[in-house]
Amino acid sequence: MVAVATPPRGATRKAEAPTAFGGYWRRNQLALAPWLFLAPGALFFALYVVAPILQSFQISLYEWDGLGAKEWVGLRNYAELWWDDAFWTSLRNNVIWLVLYLLAIPAGLFIALFLNQTVAGIRIYKSLFFFPFVISQVVVGLVFSWFYDPTFGLFNEILGVFGLGPIAVLGDPTFVTYGIIAAGLWPQTAYCMILYLTGLNAVDPEQIEAGRLDGARGWRMLWYVVLPQLRPATFIAFVVTIIGALRSFDLVSVMTAGGPFGESRVLAYYMFEVALSEYGFRMGYGAAIAVVLFAIMMIYIAFFLAKMYRDERGA
Amino acid sequence: MFPTPVQKTSSVTRLSYQALLPVALVLWLLPLIAVAVFSIRPDADFANANYWGWPSSFSFAENYGAVFFRSDMPRYLLNSVLITVPTVIGAVGLACMTGFALGVYRFKANLAVFFVFVAGNFVPFQILMVPVRELTLDLGLYDTKTGLVLFHVAFQAGFCTLFMRNFIRALPRELIEAARVEGVSEIRIFWYVVLPLMRPAIAALSVLIFTFVWNDYFWAIVLTQGVDTQPVTAGITAFNSQYRAAYHLMSAGSIVAALPPVLMFFLMQRHFIAGLTLGAVK
Repeated sequence: MVAVATPPRGATRKAEAPTAFGGYWRRNQLALAPWLFLAPGALFFALYVVAPILQSFQISLYEWDGLGAKEWVGLRNYAELWWDDAFWTSLRNNVIWLVLYLLAIPAGLFIALFLNQTVAGIRIYKSLFFFPFVISQVVVGLVFSWFYDPTFGLFNEILGVFGLGPIAVLGDPTFVTYGIIAAGLWPQTAYCMILYLTGLNAVDPEQIEAGRLDGARGWRMLWYVVLPQLRPATFIAFVVTIIGALRSFDLVSVMTAGGPFGESRVLAYYMFEVALSEYGFRMGYGAAIAVVLFAIMMIYIAFFLAKMYRDERGA
Repeated sequence: MFPTPVQKTSSVTRLSYQALLPVALVLWLLPLIAVAVFSIRPDADFANANYWGWPSSFSFAENYGAVFFRSDMPRYLLNSVLITVPTVIGAVGLACMTGFALGVYRFKANLAVFFVFVAGNFVPFQILMVPVRELTLDLGLYDTKTGLVLFHVAFQAGFCTLFMRNFIRALPRELIEAARVEGVSEIRIFWYVVLPLMRPAIAALSVLIFTFVWNDYFWAIVLTQGVDTQPVTAGITAFNSQYRAAYHLMSAGSIVAALPPVLMFFLMQRHFIAGLTLGAVK
């Protein structure tokens, strides 16, 4: 980027018309311009994102089928959650998702280290390794449900080679959540990999050399010299992975629809089930589930914003 | 460079590395390769349980022909395009302005407004679901592409603003100051000074938003239903129930549905990765 300190041609071409409005605008434009530019985007965002969050909080205090009159029930929806086994199953699965999804970070780092070479054709390899992230989660879900299929799935073919199986991963209450998470880890690992590949590109070669002179090799080099420099990449990998884990809806919906026996439900899916599927239109109860999910997410959002705030003050 | 470049190691290491690369890639893409193989098998192979043997014939043209000419797939693809393209234009357009406002001007509420955009971008969709569905119904836009586009534009504006604002922050401020000294109005500064410099950010964001919106499934099933409006992510489930147990067709359908963002990625790779890894390097 060239930093030439003169405005491009055309910018000064025409003077503003000397009307009363023009005069007012010229005197105050520094104060008005930001709001003018902000208005369309901010209004849209307020209407479709900020206001709905507040409305959801409100709806969670009502019993409502989406059509008839709303009935005020106070905190009864939340009390009902306490006795709802499906809610606790979903919450438990969300915790499993959160913990296991984080495996995408070391896995992504591992693949990035493996691919951080300059042999012929490596760029194509990098792109192809990244490929799963670009595919929609719906297709990833379909691909993995066929992969796990007990009659023709490649997964059981491979188990068969070792004399194991067949296991109907998605039909088994104990394995089902892990099976779906494995499918989700596939694109997520690719995402973390690309973050780390970019990070590794920017690692300071002099520090590596200095580390080598000090006798650091392999693991010690990775831990003491490389990883500290990858901290920004790790931070982003954490943020996107946690958000991805809590947003897990598509895979559950496509692969199992929450089954078998509701054992693969997560909060995001259970909320949809309660509020919009054939199980009923309980908007208030659904909103209460969404509020719980939002509260969990808010912990991470607050953490992220706090970090951003510190960076902004530091800058 | 870390790890040590293979060129500096023994020839055994180097050769085994180069042999390992394709093996690792095949293992990594195995589930996808399986689907690709399924998609060119004939119907008969599935009837005879010949899942993993050599295909009895190659039915590439037949299977993909069925997807394109004897199913609703082209319709769903068109819907996806008609939803995705306006969203990209709308969200990126709005974010050019919001990003400019938050990146260039120092005013009291700046950081607070910015943080609302950032936080809103991370909330779970479910907290928005009931009210956004109500709003769309009230506007008479339920089950229309417009309704879906309006929501996507608003939601993606959050991420785009985060991106644009940080990009504009990194531009040289002297340019803007110099223009102001010359008496250039703020609107002209935006249009003639800043916007031309934002081209790489606009490109990166466009590819990213295209992929995000194309791949959306949740909002598609919340705000639309049926073949006239639903994008391909939602359409594929209808397609699959139409061709239940016809795995060769379902595989071909999935590949077709997944292809546009993949093409976008390979054509615009540099922009795509630049967008995705923003902030991964200090």
